[in-house]
Amino acid sequence: MVTIAPVEPERPEPAGPGRRSGTGGLAALLVSPTLLVLGLVVAYPILSAVRLAFFQRDDGIDPETGLREQGDVFVGFDNFTDMFTGDTAERFLNALTNTTTFTLVAVSIEVVLGVLMALLMHRAFRGRALVRAAILVPWAVPTAIAGLLWRWVFQADGVANDLLPGAPVLWTTDGAQAWLAVVIADTWKTAPFIGLLVLAGLQVISTEIYEAARLDGAGPVRTFFSITLPLVKPTLLVAVLFRVLDTLRMFDLPYTLIGPGKDATDTVTVLAFEEAVKFGKYGPASAYAVVLFLYVAAVAFVFVRLLGADVFGTRKGSR
Amino acid sequence: MSVLRWRYLGIAAIVLYCLAPFYWMLVSSLRRTNDIFDSGPLPAPLSLESYRAAFAEGNGFLRALLNSFVVAGVTTVLALAVATVAAYALARLEFRGKNLVLALIIATSMFPGISLLVPLLELFSGIGWINTYQAMIVPSVGIVLPLAVWNLTAFFRQMPHELEEAAQIDGCTPAGAFRRVILPLAAPGVFTTAIITFIAAWNEFIIALSVVNRTELKTAPVITSQFTGTTSFDSPFGTQMAAGVIVTIPLVVLVLLFQRRIVAGLTAGGVK
Repeated sequence: MVTIAPVEPERPEPAGPGRRSGTGGLAALLVSPTLLVLGLVVAYPILSAVRLAFFQRDDGIDPETGLREQGDVFVGFDNFTDMFTGDTAERFLNALTNTTTFTLVAVSIEVVLGVLMALLMHRAFRGRALVRAAILVPWAVPTAIAGLLWRWVFQADGVANDLLPGAPVLWTTDGAQAWLAVVIADTWKTAPFIGLLVLAGLQVISTEIYEAARLDGAGPVRTFFSITLPLVKPTLLVAVLFRVLDTLRMFDLPYTLIGPGKDATDTVTVLAFEEAVKFGKYGPASAYAVVLFLYVAAVAFVFVRLLGADVFGTRKGSR
Repeated sequence: MSVLRWRYLGIAAIVLYCLAPFYWMLVSSLRRTNDIFDSGPLPAPLSLESYRAAFAEGNGFLRALLNSFVVAGVTTVLALAVATVAAYALARLEFRGKNLVLALIIATSMFPGISLLVPLLELFSGIGWINTYQAMIVPSVGIVLPLAVWNLTAFFRQMPHELEEAAQIDGCTPAGAFRRVILPLAAPGVFTTAIITFIAAWNEFIIALSVVNRTELKTAPVITSQFTGTTSFDSPFGTQMAAGVIVTIPLVVLVLLFQRRIVAGLTAGGVK
């Protein structure tokens, strides 16, 4: 399945001369502000990050003058080799693992819950508008605030421990329970959103297909796996891709729910943020960011090229 | 037990799942500081103590709310102005490289924020932008722009092509057709996109956290996450929950008023 920008067949020019002659120039004029902004705010920083990743700040004392020097020194691949084999390797590889496990586990749970929610909401029922508003609430709550909210829920003498049997769990300290707390908070915030997207996908499936399946004697389970799932797959795949990319750059939740500097929940973004903002080490921070960027690009590539996620909406109706 | 009944039970479970944590934030914010660890479903007695604490002078929370409005508002206006014209071209005009432009715009939305943040931080330190509004607004515009373009393109695509043709027959240039015919009709789509963009900008955290360290310029989510109690050992959960409710309320009101449109906007790009 071709998914990225298939070449469209040349359209025959309309007969009237000059009818579309101004279009190309006009289009360029209209699109250029967007490209300019994205160039300045996205493309330039990315290139700049790649450059910074090869430098380290040198804050040494100049031996001749005795003055404090500040400057960036080119260090080649040092920042990258440090990341994988040097002193900071353990922290970085741990953060990379956290980033990956958060993504795999949270997105899987969110997809299952989201599909379940969509199936439940699919048929018309009374109070549908209300339910739709309810489902948008977790999406609308700022993620940083959601982190604080769940930090409160997961306090040692908080409501989560009140509801659970057994000894109180110290959720927000560190360890597997902190990791789980982040997964739960993320699932709460985004599973309903996936449900919403899947629901939209369900609603474009014609009822006739279901009728036909029923007449052929297909049960609900068979219908789900043979009709519903294949037909919502394009929608679901795009939703999953964007959720995966979002989770790979996760920062707000671990930062406000657990706090930085915890082995169980530090993600690559948290690590890079700490290096850059707290310690002013732009070189290593950029190197982290570049590795994360490459990771994200690889995942996006796999989704778009190998799994056929139709991100760009270029597939034309035919299926 | 009928299927219908199971369905309603399931739907009740969804509503509970979505609202219970938010409800807990609301209930906790309305307790007295002394009752904050109560686990009853209602605050008894009801108290606005936490809200008074949140707005206490030293916190700068009111100013932070204003900052959030300025940053999210200006971001939304700028992003919409730039995105509307681009989306019109992408949806309605035929030109070479259109798919490439679309792909580029979507691709930029996939970049992790941290790869933008570190170089921008270095740049902003260099040009004296640390502790300014523009240091928060400019990156935010870039971050919400792909979303805005994508949403608006989907809206413009839904409009019948006869509109411009009629306008052109009546003597409008393509630019005139856009201004006089398309833009007024697309107003609902632009409005919906504005809401979604505003929510995204309002919720932005990592950039606002990094480029500003003066209390007067912090946004509401940032300042809420940094509240300290009367002593540094005291976690001010009541105050944080009250502030959290205040930060979230504008968004919940938007969601309640415009849920149908927001859902249409969010799903427009995803479903063909």
